[in-house]
Amino acid sequence: MEFFSHQTNYPFMATRKVWYGLSIVLMVASLTLLFTRGLNFAIDFTGGVSAQASFPVAANLSAVRAQLAAAGFHDAVVEYVGSSRQIAVRLPPEPALKVEQLRARVDAALKAVNPRVSGLSLSVVGPQVGSQLETSAMWALAGTLALIFMYIAWRFHTWRLSLGAILAVIHDPILVLGFFAATQMSFNLNVVAAVLAVIGYSLNDTVVVFDRIRERFEGNRRLAPQVVLDQAINQTLSRTIMTKVVTSIVVVALLVLGGPVLRGFSAALLIGILAGTYSSIYISSSIALQCGLTAEHLFPTVRKTAADHLP
Amino acid sequence: MLEYARWKYVLIAVLLAVAMLFALPNVFGNAPALQLAHADHTPVTSAEADSVAAYLRARHIPYQGFYVQNGRLLVQFADVTDQLRAHDAIDAKYQNAYISALALMPLTPAWLRNLGLKPMPLGLDLQGGLNLLYQVDIKSAVSELLQTYSQDAGRALAEAGIRTGGISVVMTGGSAVPNAVRIVLAHKADTTAAKRALSRPLQGLTITTRDTSAGVILQAVMPQAQLRQRENYVIEQSITTLRNRVNQLGVSEPIVQRQGNDRIDVQLPGIQNPAEAANLLGQVATLQFRLNDMQHNPLEAEQTGNVPLGDQLFTDTSSGFPVLLKRQVIATGDELTDATVGESTQGPAVNITLDSRAGENMLRTTKANVGKQMGVVLITKHSVSSVVNGKKVIRYVTKEKVINDATIQGVFSDRFQITGLTLGDAQDLAILLRSGSLPAPIALVGEQIIGPSLGRQNIKWGITALVIGMLGVLAFMAIYYKVFGLVADLVLIANVVLLAALLSMMHASLSLPGIAGIILTVGIAVDANVLIYERIREELRKGVSPQAAIRAGFEKAFSAILDSNITTGIAGLVLWIFGTGAIRGFAVVLVLGIVTSMFTSLMGSRALVTLMYGGRKKLVKLHI
Repeated sequence: MEFFSHQTNYPFMATRKVWYGLSIVLMVASLTLLFTRGLNFAIDFTGGVSAQASFPVAANLSAVRAQLAAAGFHDAVVEYVGSSRQIAVRLPPEPALKVEQLRARVDAALKAVNPRVSGLSLSVVGPQVGSQLETSAMWALAGTLALIFMYIAWRFHTWRLSLGAILAVIHDPILVLGFFAATQMSFNLNVVAAVLAVIGYSLNDTVVVFDRIRERFEGNRRLAPQVVLDQAINQTLSRTIMTKVVTSIVVVALLVLGGPVLRGFSAALLIGILAGTYSSIYISSSIALQCGLTAEHLFPTVRKTAADHLP
Repeated sequence: MLEYARWKYVLIAVLLAVAMLFALPNVFGNAPALQLAHADHTPVTSAEADSVAAYLRARHIPYQGFYVQNGRLLVQFADVTDQLRAHDAIDAKYQNAYISALALMPLTPAWLRNLGLKPMPLGLDLQGGLNLLYQVDIKSAVSELLQTYSQDAGRALAEAGIRTGGISVVMTGGSAVPNAVRIVLAHKADTTAAKRALSRPLQGLTITTRDTSAGVILQAVMPQAQLRQRENYVIEQSITTLRNRVNQLGVSEPIVQRQGNDRIDVQLPGIQNPAEAANLLGQVATLQFRLNDMQHNPLEAEQTGNVPLGDQLFTDTSSGFPVLLKRQVIATGDELTDATVGESTQGPAVNITLDSRAGENMLRTTKANVGKQMGVVLITKHSVSSVVNGKKVIRYVTKEKVINDATIQGVFSDRFQITGLTLGDAQDLAILLRSGSLPAPIALVGEQIIGPSLGRQNIKWGITALVIGMLGVLAFMAIYYKVFGLVADLVLIANVVLLAALLSMMHASLSLPGIAGIILTVGIAVDANVLIYERIREELRKGVSPQAAIRAGFEKAFSAILDSNITTGIAGLVLWIFGTGAIRGFAVVLVLGIVTSMFTSLMGSRALVTLMYGGRKKLVKLHI
């Protein structure tokens, strides 16, 4: 079985302006959503309480809310998970309360609804934790981008490809964040891990295309860069699609079967992988071309001065 | 003809065989269990174990296995319900004899256990338990140290007869230098003398002089290296202390580790009562320095039972003799800033450093009591649950014991030595002194409880996703690449085995994000194979002979595989370094997975293909 029975020859580069337009629209939309609606940060970042409890009989949500309000928690989000006997509770951060106090009060409020309630899980995060996480996540992101820029510039001898790769790499996580802002899915630490993994995946594709560009230039120095880039993308196209299909199989398995803990994580990966496929084709190479990439950048002419001294 | 060096075949075969052995313990799964241990760490005897077994049989609670391991009794059950019933029953009868904890017991066969092979421990999200996140107040620990320095400086200057216009501690920047002791000299002429007097008490600090209108100011700054060292010491020490306290909880495989700069992550599998655990871990002042009562006879007090007013009777654990200590406390454990093993003229010693407040108290006490005895009392707490009127009640039992009793040889304040010990005693005492106290205040900033049933559910979800995802990929590869697809399938399976073996060897705990990482590694490993096979197809399309196509496929795909994996690896490594908790668990698997997938797809795949096609002289068609 093959996706393409013969070598494809799509003129990807010729239409690049159209795709720039699409990317810009998507980026602007994502950023607008990020700044207007914002992300639905989980308690990993904001601090607060998140609990799941299981009742021996169907739980009365309004009774739970009333008891929580009586305990001083007015903005509690209470909902069913799975069945009517299992509930999830989410409380906003209470900077004035200590972790132990928060737990004790939630426990008492739920026991007041039904003394036979049993805890499935309870997470309490103090307000101190969040801000430090944000800074360390930002450092991780900046460090990753810088290292990758240097690695590509070193392996391929030109900053033009590095720049293309970095722009593609910035493009993909922004789309993922835009998706999370649009759907208001809970944004937790697992999703951060997924976003950083997306960077890795997106690069993976980009670098495979770059590798082919390098190879094409090596054999055909006189070919126009635009032709070489098209050839490189076309020649790696069946690999790109094949890999994406296979990776999507496992990510969809995670999304559907992995349970609620991994839902956000796998959704972020799926969006990121789709975006990565697109950006490795339309962004990273196009940017390099726009920056005037030629064979000379990848293979600088070596002056044979050293050889001349030899007898 | 395709050739592949024989030593590479051997290497692959050996590595895979070893990997299978290491990965093997993971396939047997876990069973819910109950772990019973004595609070004082004495081993459980087989007679005691038999009595517990008889009791469970009498209560009609079925159990599957019964072992004494490392001095602890492990009882294995068929399901969580039996485990919880047994937990309640055993707590009701043996509350004073054992600390009991819910545990997961690996069902690894004995021969593998005897080889020292263990399955990956499961993370809290997969087996249930309590996760506590503490923040250590590093600033206060540094300020304590600076306070001690400034007191020492003041004393040294007073002894040298140099008048000062004030000594202060500067913690944070502003106009002044941070983390420094600032001394204003009354007379400029004293500068050199002051510097000489301060060289010993302020050893290690960088002293600078500044001429101002107010007079000469000496600034002793703590160097960055020393600051780091102090911070690390405080964190490491807090971890040691917390670990000692965790051991009192009797948890089966607790994890106490540093997280980030100033946090400590405590994972307690099987613990379901956060109030109890947090209370025990967060307690302070577990060590006391107290004077002996020299007026009364401790032997007499022990025999008659008449303890003099204001005194308390102990038995010295090292000598076995009774001791009478005054109730008044000179210094407590949270005032102790350091205890190390050192040397003295009388042999090994323990060097003790107290904070400034306790130091002053000590100075006053020792001045009046030279030649008398002083005892060190270690106080431990542990929880005991009992059933009162059908309700479970938890109370805390405090145990106090004298771990050292020594003669006060001279007047001292915040730094002194306990001498007359053997080296082993000195080491033990230093550890005990340090573990009895937290060097800086800690605050509970996060807490997570995962019920055992949710843990089981999470495992089920993770494993199902892994199996279904794997099967989907294996089927798809076989259909798309035919024979080569089957090769890829074998390679993918080998990759998962290798990864499981590496993780088991590292004893890395497996969490849900870790399982997700394994699943994603499958995707990465597939990519390497796809790159190779697409290349082979390309070469075949060009009309190259099958064997040349195979060789070219592997050779030309190499640079793409290497570069793309290294860039993904960079992202993984950064996650590993910066990430904590779940993120780190994911990153570890991702990075290791990249390594194993490169090995299996470049070497394993090549070996298999060469084995199949390499020797055939008349190879006309490849099934790809």
